[in-house]
This record gives sequence, structure tokens and C-alpha cells, in this order.
Amino acid sequence: MDPSSLQKLNRCRRERRAAILLTDLTDGRDRVVAEGDPIAGDLGEAVASAFRSGKSGTVEADGRTFFLNVHLPPPRLVMIGAVHISQALAPMAKIAGFDLHIIDPRTAFASPERFPNVRLDAEWPEVVLKDSPLDAYCAVAALTHDPKIDDPALKAALEAGCFYVGALGSRKTHAKRVERLSAAGVPQAVIERIRAPIGLSIGAASPAEIAVAVLAEIIEALRSRGLRAERGEAA
Amino acid sequence: MHLRDHIGATDRLLLPKKTDMLESVQSHAPLDPLMIAEEWLEAGKEVAIATVVETWGSAPRPVGSHLVIDAEGHFEGSVSGGCVEGAVVAEAAEVIADGKPRMLEFGVADETAWRVGLSCGGRIKVYVERLG
Repeated sequence: MDPSSLQKLNRCRRERRAAILLTDLTDGRDRVVAEGDPIAGDLGEAVASAFRSGKSGTVEADGRTFFLNVHLPPPRLVMIGAVHISQALAPMAKIAGFDLHIIDPRTAFASPERFPNVRLDAEWPEVVLKDSPLDAYCAVAALTHDPKIDDPALKAALEAGCFYVGALGSRKTHAKRVERLSAAGVPQAVIERIRAPIGLSIGAASPAEIAVAVLAEIIEALRSRGLRAERGEAA
Repeated sequence: MHLRDHIGATDRLLLPKKTDMLESVQSHAPLDPLMIAEEWLEAGKEVAIATVVETWGSAPRPVGSHLVIDAEGHFEGSVSGGCVEGAVVAEAAEVIADGKPRMLEFGVADETAWRVGLSCGGRIKVYVERLG
């Protein structure tokens, strides 16, 4: 392996950027492709597909055999609101393999007793997200019902291109939210990325059931990453 | 996630740098083979990297898993549940010496060739290359 490939790969991983180490098994040469780097031909298609699936493997392309080792950042679920739904969602998402981060400035809610063994910040989202920025491998679920807390986080999530942005609240509540975000200068097409009402429609009633619906919606978004955008372009 | 490799070492020097700690806690196993390989490289060591490139049946480690080995035979990570690491480490010494990458195959079918087998009945193909 080329030392500069290893350095570039580790840099991408530290920065939570998706990258593929591409090794030509015929001559042993390798290079690192970061997500979004243009690659032509059959190999380019194989690379794009590997980024979507996250699966490493060998591919035949352009008459050569390549090994694609895919390094995707672990998905992180950022919950805005240390609420009842979050108490159910946190353990479920942990089991499903997500890194967790819960943010709520209300110290009565954001207490370690209510959320043991979870990264928890009793601070305003705009303060926390400055030090721990969101990225494309983050899902953000805004769950407080309080615009002062939810809105800045939603705005940050949309700007960072988070793979999932969901917000709790009725259609009426969401309509008001759309008005506020529009007034704040967020383009309509971007606002439409917010999943609201939050969660897959499974008739969830209790906080735990809503957590199931939200987690299912997040997983759907994670596993169809990129596909939606491509379909949109084709349409 | 396939990056979360086994934790096995006791060498304190190999812990991630301070600035990376938070990210490491969140994203990577504390002793990540590729991060360790980079530290070994910076320390002037000769390093080989072994990677699982194909699996059949119930292989214990997924495609993409790494074992990194230095010239003294120290290693971190894993390419199997421990069944074939010894053979890979031995081959890595040759790879470090001559710089030529090797493709190794292990499994029930290759027991005679390597005198190691995967107890689980799977087969794996491991690519071993020198760093630099």
C-alpha cells in the first residue's frame, strides 16, 4: 500500500468522510477515492454503488480486477430533545448500531439519570453543534416541540446535508415551522427534505412506538442514500 | 461496522492522539489497525497490511477486515477469529522482505497447503502487501 494512500484514508476516516481504498489486484497499485470524486467508466459505477451499499468486495472493471474497501463513517443519530421518545429511541438506535448524541438545553430533561451511558449535552444546539458539527452521515431528529430549540438544529442539519432530518409535530405545527424556516431564508426545496410528521406511518401511539417509527424511517433513509437524489435528477 | 476490530494490545503508545480521542470513542475501536499502521510508519517501522478480500461460507471476519504486522512480528487487528493469523504473520515477514504482495487462501479445502483451517468451515482470501 502506498503510504500516502493510508494517510489519506485515515484522514478521511478521522474527518468522518466516506472513502474507498481502491487496490488494483493485478499490479498492487492503490489510491483513495473520497465520496464525490469523479471516476469514469465501469469502475466509476462500481465505486458509486459501493458507496451506496457500504459493501467491500472485488470487481472486474475495464479489464482489471480491483478490490474496493469501503470505509463509511458510522451513522450518528443526533436527538434534539431529551424527551420521553428519546428515552426509547436511544437504546433502540444503539442496538441498531448508531452512535448517539442527545442535545437539550433544559437540564431537567437532559439529566444523566434519564439517559445513562449516552453522550448528552445540556446546552443549546447551536452551541453544541459548533464544536461537534453535523455531517452527511448524521441523522437529526428534532423532538422538543419548541421552535427555540428545534429550529436552529433543523437549519444546521439541512445545511450539513444530513441523510435524515425529521421533526416531531402535527401537520399544522409543521406548516408554521415551514413558514419560520422560509422567513429565515431556507429555500423551499431544502425545507422539503424535513420528514414531518416524523416517522413511518405505522399508527404509532406510545412514545416507544413513535421511536420505532422514527428509527425505521432513519434506516430507510440511510439505506437508500443517494438513490433518491438520482431518481430526482432522472425525473 | 467492519472497522470495529478486536481490541487486543496492551501497548499504551498505540493509543490514539489526544485530539482524536473524542472521535475515536465515537467512531472507531480504540485500537484501529489502519491508524496503528500509520503510527508504525511514522515511527520508522516496516509494516505489512493484510486484508480479507473474499469470504465464502461462515467466515468469522467480514471482507475489508485488516491485520497489520510489523517486521518484528507484532500485529494488531484480525482477519479471522484467530485461526489463521499465525500463518498470515509468517507470510507478512516475507512480504516485508521482498515487497511483493501475496494472495493467500485459507479454509477447509486448503488445509494441506497451509496446515491451518477455519474451525467454522468457511474459506477466506487474504491479500498481504507491504506498506510503502
